[in-house]
Amino acid sequence: MTTMQSAVATNGHAAVTRASLRRGALPLRRRAMDILSKVLMSISLLVAIVPLILVIFYVIQKGAGLLSWDFLTEDIVASPRRTGGGMGPAVAGTLLITGIASLIAIPLGLLGAIYLNEYGRNNALARFIRVMADVMTGVPSIVMALFIYIAVVLTMREKTGLAASLALAALMLPVVLRSSEEMLKLVPDELRQASAALGSRRWKTTLSVVLPAAISGITSGVMLAIARAAGETTPIVVCAGIAYGISWDPMVEQTALPAQIFVNAALPFAPAVERAWGAALTLMIIVLVFTIAARVVASRFAIKNR
Amino acid sequence: MTQSRTLTQKDRGRINDRAFWLLCVTAGVAVLGILAAILVSTIQQSWPALSNAGANGFFTSTGWDPNVGKYGILAFMFGTVVVSLIAVLFAVPVSIGIALFLTELAHRRVKAVVVTLIDLLASVPSVVFGLWGLYVFSSWTKPLYEWLHDTLGGIPVIGALFGSVTGLNFMTAGLILAVMIIPIITSITREVFDTVPAADKQAAWALGATKWEMIRGAVLPHSFGGIVGAVMLGLGRAMGETVAVALVIGAAIQVTPNLFAPGYTIPAAIVNLFGESSGEFTAALIGMGVVLFVLTIAINLLAQVVVRRAEIRMKGAVA
Amino acid sequence: MTTTITPLIPGAVPTMPTASAKPVMQLENVSVFYGGYEAVRGTTMPVREHQITAMIGPSGCGKSTVLRSLNRMNDLIPGAKVAGKISFHGEDLYAPDVDPIQVRRRIGMVFQKPNPFPKSIFDNVAYGLKINGIRDNIPGRVEKALRDAALWDEVKDKLKSSGLSLSGGQQQRLCIARAIAVEPEVILMDEPCSALDPIATGKIEDLMHELSRKFTIVIVTHNMQQAARVSHYTAFFTAEVDEQQVRHGRLVEFNDTGRIFTNPSDKRTEDYITGRFG
Repeated sequence: MTTMQSAVATNGHAAVTRASLRRGALPLRRRAMDILSKVLMSISLLVAIVPLILVIFYVIQKGAGLLSWDFLTEDIVASPRRTGGGMGPAVAGTLLITGIASLIAIPLGLLGAIYLNEYGRNNALARFIRVMADVMTGVPSIVMALFIYIAVVLTMREKTGLAASLALAALMLPVVLRSSEEMLKLVPDELRQASAALGSRRWKTTLSVVLPAAISGITSGVMLAIARAAGETTPIVVCAGIAYGISWDPMVEQTALPAQIFVNAALPFAPAVERAWGAALTLMIIVLVFTIAARVVASRFAIKNR
Repeated sequence: MTQSRTLTQKDRGRINDRAFWLLCVTAGVAVLGILAAILVSTIQQSWPALSNAGANGFFTSTGWDPNVGKYGILAFMFGTVVVSLIAVLFAVPVSIGIALFLTELAHRRVKAVVVTLIDLLASVPSVVFGLWGLYVFSSWTKPLYEWLHDTLGGIPVIGALFGSVTGLNFMTAGLILAVMIIPIITSITREVFDTVPAADKQAAWALGATKWEMIRGAVLPHSFGGIVGAVMLGLGRAMGETVAVALVIGAAIQVTPNLFAPGYTIPAAIVNLFGESSGEFTAALIGMGVVLFVLTIAINLLAQVVVRRAEIRMKGAVA
Repeated sequence: MTTTITPLIPGAVPTMPTASAKPVMQLENVSVFYGGYEAVRGTTMPVREHQITAMIGPSGCGKSTVLRSLNRMNDLIPGAKVAGKISFHGEDLYAPDVDPIQVRRRIGMVFQKPNPFPKSIFDNVAYGLKINGIRDNIPGRVEKALRDAALWDEVKDKLKSSGLSLSGGQQQRLCIARAIAVEPEVILMDEPCSALDPIATGKIEDLMHELSRKFTIVIVTHNMQQAARVSHYTAFFTAEVDEQQVRHGRLVEFNDTGRIFTNPSDKRTEDYITGRFG
């Protein structure tokens, strides 16, 4: 201690003492600001997580009582005042409409992504498509629904499940496109060169080497897109029409879970509201299964990359 | 001879190559096609309403009565703007806080959990938020609004914002929207924070900065442009959000400063009224869709320019 | 001390150390670990007041690692750990109640790549003052720091323009000004000239001599001539493979720079300096 005291620096440097290096030496105001900032960051996190937990909690609490095999398969009652009935047509409609939308959007988005990353790279067209795809991601679903209504429903003169599928596909397309492109970007160039050096054509290299290398990342992105699409409401309300019985025909009017939630929630009848919660729980389960599956696939991919 | 012929031969592989390229380009261009088609078809269909916009007061009037052919969408535009601004106002600080938590505070394991939770939040369908907002959240907030009305309602000017309370209102819709746009703003802001050069952070540390001082001195100045872009993207999302708002906004066509009064937004009006509309009424609703489309596109494009510019500046600074 | 010096490398005329200089810092058997890996093993050396101490050696020898442990910058790397004792005026820098923030405020650092903040020149220098709660006479302190960093004349008319608008050498002197504005006692420099051209390097070397009147300087450099030109003391590090075939950085020799460059006591030092190694 005494030797340290004698070693006090000259030239106006403040003396170094044990206390001066301690945590307590940090002025109160600075320490308070630092702690406050950390507290605020943690609170922000809570502000986002608490509603998530509450929504999940209430959907389970209010919907679980209704959820049963009958609820998932039975027809929807014609009069919303009455209790009973199920969400069969809506479950079928959600699977059918989202399925068809995926069949359209996934190949289209994947091919577009291949164009952007394997052919276009940084040329003007590719850059333009990239910007426009990002813009398209921001197009509200209601606008997409109106567009399909005009382009498809007005031409075919009837609302159909297919029309809703097309609207969902248009919403999914930019998401699939951009997320797949990001995954293709991660495939190292050495792989492409190795394949090309073996005399493989570009398309063959792409399909047999590049795509398999990126497939789990792409799958994960695609599943997230499907999960989002399954929860979209407006395309169903505007384009799909209404149905009370199960049908697997995309060329007739259909309904789906989000639309049923929306319609029933706004009705002043307790049984309808109850059905809305039941449908919400069903939809949440479908969406969560896809989201979690996407995470699992993605983490597998990350391990393989390491 | 044979060698050179095989090298120049136009074999099937080459044709396949062209065909595959064509397929891919077509898929890419589809994005452009769809966007163009949206614009053209919606404008075309809404032309009866838009062509006389000036004379009919389409943009400038709050008078809306389809029964007598009055289509003034000002109240809807007002509601859209108010609700989105409330959402952004609440979502932005929270999102920045979460992004900072993730980039500067959280350990790796905590980070993975939080990212998953935020992803989950993003995947909750908006109609489920609407249902929850309508039957759970709005009943919780009512006492709070009433207290705010009692405390702040008397203050001149500002007091007008805290008028008498109705169950479903701008504020509730804005708060629900805020929760819904937190994930997107958070994820973009986080990306922006991740690109802050380590050298800058170290420079701050080496001067004896605390974590907060490091964030203020090194992280935030670098991220300003990116954050602005993220906020605009969030604003675009909020403006276009439909069903959640439709369920909790209260469906009242009015322009009022009172945040606790019911209102209406463009997307909510379209989804609620489209089914029962026809003729000129439909054209007016589609016209609202065009307005929304143009607004969101403009905001998105601007946001992208801002984000990209911020990125370029950052890279320039690193080099 | 006044014997004629025959440098092992031409042009390198070492500065004579001040014999009476007391050690400000003392490293005793310091090892640095990353996770389980021992990157540097058993370093013992002093850092003397108002002297320039150079750390040289081939890449991967741990010289930067040791430098960063001197102001606890290693704390920011997850899994990094320091064993042994580093004392600063007799105080253990790694004692549990010591705040790294206070340590860094007294032991400043200048980095390999110039890293001014994306702020104005003035704000760059004022940043450290502001966070340390110094409110009085900020313009005066900024000017003094810029003068001490030999940058004032070049920037006095454009203090409001961005720090990033300066040339590389000017940026590095701005970073030095930023570091000295808070009046630390020791300045650590991690290869401060490796990103600069020879003229800018010369200016910084001249500046270091000036600065050593007020500050104690520790510099890591891969440029032996530079070490010979500017430093009073030199620590030579190298990388060695141990019995388990694991590489560790080690301090081979610490001595007056004159001695190291004319008459090193260790064969490995001589081999390195004369270019027979690394």
